[in-house]
Amino acid sequence: MYKYDQYDQAMVDARVEEFRDQARRRLEGRLTEDQFKPLRLMNGLYLQLHAYMLRVAIPYGTLDSRQMHALADIADKYDRGYGHFTTRQNIQYNWIKLEDAADILADLAKVEMHAIQTSGNCIRNISSDHFAGAAADEVVDPRPYAELLRQWSSFHPEFSYLPRKFKIAVIASEKDRAAMRLHDIGINIVTNDVGEPGAAFYVGGGMGRTPMIAPCINSFVPLDQLVTYAEACLRVYNRHGRRDNKYKARIKILVHELGAEEYTRQVEAEFAHLLDQGVEPPLAELERIKGYFEDPLFETAADSQIDRIDPDFALWIDRNTVAHKADGYVSAVISLKPVGGIPGDATAEQMRLMADLAKDYSFDELRVMHTQNIVLPHVRKADLHALWTALDAAGLGSPNLDTVEDIIACPGLDYCSLANARSIPVAQKISERFAQTGKTATLGELKLKISGCINACGHHHAGHIGILGVDRKGVENYQLLLGGSEAEDVSLAKITGPGFDENGIVDAVETVTTVYERERADGERFLDTYRRIGMNPFKEALYG
Amino acid sequence: MADTLRYRDDEPVDHPAVTVDSFLDQSNASAVRIEPGDDARELLPHLDRLALVEVNFPAFGDGRGYSSARILREAGYEGELRAVGDVLVDQLAYMRRCGFDAFEPDQRFDMEDVKSAFERWPEVYQKAADTRTSIWAKRHP
Repeated sequence: MYKYDQYDQAMVDARVEEFRDQARRRLEGRLTEDQFKPLRLMNGLYLQLHAYMLRVAIPYGTLDSRQMHALADIADKYDRGYGHFTTRQNIQYNWIKLEDAADILADLAKVEMHAIQTSGNCIRNISSDHFAGAAADEVVDPRPYAELLRQWSSFHPEFSYLPRKFKIAVIASEKDRAAMRLHDIGINIVTNDVGEPGAAFYVGGGMGRTPMIAPCINSFVPLDQLVTYAEACLRVYNRHGRRDNKYKARIKILVHELGAEEYTRQVEAEFAHLLDQGVEPPLAELERIKGYFEDPLFETAADSQIDRIDPDFALWIDRNTVAHKADGYVSAVISLKPVGGIPGDATAEQMRLMADLAKDYSFDELRVMHTQNIVLPHVRKADLHALWTALDAAGLGSPNLDTVEDIIACPGLDYCSLANARSIPVAQKISERFAQTGKTATLGELKLKISGCINACGHHHAGHIGILGVDRKGVENYQLLLGGSEAEDVSLAKITGPGFDENGIVDAVETVTTVYERERADGERFLDTYRRIGMNPFKEALYG
Repeated sequence: MADTLRYRDDEPVDHPAVTVDSFLDQSNASAVRIEPGDDARELLPHLDRLALVEVNFPAFGDGRGYSSARILREAGYEGELRAVGDVLVDQLAYMRRCGFDAFEPDQRFDMEDVKSAFERWPEVYQKAADTRTSIWAKRHP
C-alpha cells in the first residue's frame, strides 16, 4: 500500500489548516455561502436535505486496517455510528456539523487520509479495479498509475475551477471492474506489440442525464508521457467545455459536440506543446510509487483444500470469492447488501470487524468496490472458514455478490436534495422479494442499479436492470430500464415504457426475471438473453 | 490602481487595456484584456509589444482564465499578468502558480488573508508556470 512521505503529509496537513481557516471565515460571515460553497465542496462537504454530508476519499478504493478503524471512529464520534460506501469507492457520512468538519479532516490526516476534491468542479478521487494486485487477469497493478494521477490532480492550479466535476478511472485488465468507459477519462494500462506498457485513453464517457460511452482517443500513450497527456485532455476541456449550462458542461458533451476526432486533434496539438513544458514527473517517481505496491509475501505452498461440509459456507465461497493470481489464495467479498438493508451502509462496529479481519487474514488490506461492497483482496483458502464465521456472526456474510440482491442504490430522497424519489426503500423491497421467493439463487449474475433522479448516481444506465426514480405530478414514479452494462461489454440500458409506483416496480422487476427464466439458453446471463431476444418479450410481459 | 496587488518591480502600464479584437486591429496598444471566451493564443505573435495582460474573471467559478495565464507564460510572456474581477483570496495561490503576478479584485482583500494564502502551501506536486520546485523534483533531485 502507498505510504505518505513528509511531502504528502505536509500537503494534507496544510489542507486541514486551510479549511479550518475557510470554515472560520464562513462562520464569521466573511465568506458568503456562494463563495464558501466551492471551497467546502473541494473538501467533500455537501449540504444535503437534513445536514452536511462529508465524503472522504479512499484513493483507488484501497485502505488498511488502521484507516478503516479511523473511519469507524469518525462514524461514532461525529456521526450516528455508521457510514455509507459509495460508487466511487469513497465513504460518506450523512450527519456532519460544519463546526466539526476541520477536526474530522485533522483526524483523517493522522492516518494519511483526506477529503480533498471529493466534490466540486475539479478532478475527483481516482478510482480503479477493486481486485488490483490480486486479479489473475491483470496486465499490471493499475494502482501506481492511479496514485501518480492522484498526486498530479491534487491542488492542481489550473484545473480546480473546471466547467464541471471530472472523474478518472484506471484499470489494467481486459476485464473492466471499474466502469472505466463511463468516466470522464478512463485509462487502461495495456502492452503494445513489443511488450511495452502504455496507457489507452478513453475520454468523454459518463452517466448522468446524458449517458455516453467514452471513445478511445489514443490507444497507446507511453508511460513517461501519461501525466502530460492527461494535462492536455484537461486543458482542452477547461478552455472549451461549456459553461453556459451546467447540464451540458461535462466533457462528454464537449467530445460529443466537437466529435471525437476533432477533440482528439486538439488534445494532440496541446500534448505536442506540453511535451516541451516539463510537466511530466520523472519516470523514477512511478518506480518509487510502484515499490509500495509490491505483492505481499504469499505462501508458496498454501493449502488449496476447502472443507465444504457446511452448505451455507459453501454457498458463500461460490458466490463471494474470486480467483486470485497466487495459488491457494482468493479475493473475498464482504457484502454490504444484507436482505432488506441499505446498500453500502456499514456500522462502526462492522467497520472495525472488517478492519481486524483484514489484519488477520488479508495482509492488512481492504478495498472498496464501486458496487458498494468491501473486498479482502488476499485471503488464504485455508482461512476462509474462520473469516466467513466471523463475518456471518456480524451480519456481513450475505452470499449475494453480483446477484439481484447486490443492488447499487444512490442515497435518494431519504438524504439527497437533488433526488426526485427514494431509492433505498425500493432496493430493500426488491432484495426482500427475491430472497423470499428464493429466486436470487437461480437468476445468477444480475446487476440491478437504482437512481433516485436523472443524475444517475445509482448507475441505472449501466444496470442489467436499471431503475430510475422520477417525480410524476408530486408522486414518486419508477421507470424500468434493461440491458445496461458497466463492464468490458459496456452498453447503455433502454427504458421499457411507462413507469410504475413503488410496489409496481418491484413486481415489474420480478416480471422481467420471469421472462428471462422462460427464454434463457444454457449459461446465459439475464443480460445475454436480453441482448439476444431484445426488448419486445419483456415489454409484452410488462404492459401486455 | 490603489486596489491592485502587484508582485512586480517594474512601472505599471499607464493606459487602459483594450479588448482582444481591438488589440489585434491596432499596432500601438501594449495592454489587453482577455475575457473568458477569448483565445489567449491569438496574442502569441504579439507578445513583444505587450506589457500588461488583464485576464477578466466575471465569475470566480469560471476557470478558463487559469489556462489563458499558463498559455501566455508557457509562450514566454514576461509582462504583467493581472487577474481582475471576481477574484477571491482563496484563489490567489493557484493563480500565482498559473503565472499571475498582479490582482485587481472587485472586493478588496484583507491583507492578513492574502499573507496566509501565499504562505499556506509548503510544497507543490506539479510543475506549473511559477518557479516553485515540485515535490516530484525534490524526491528525484
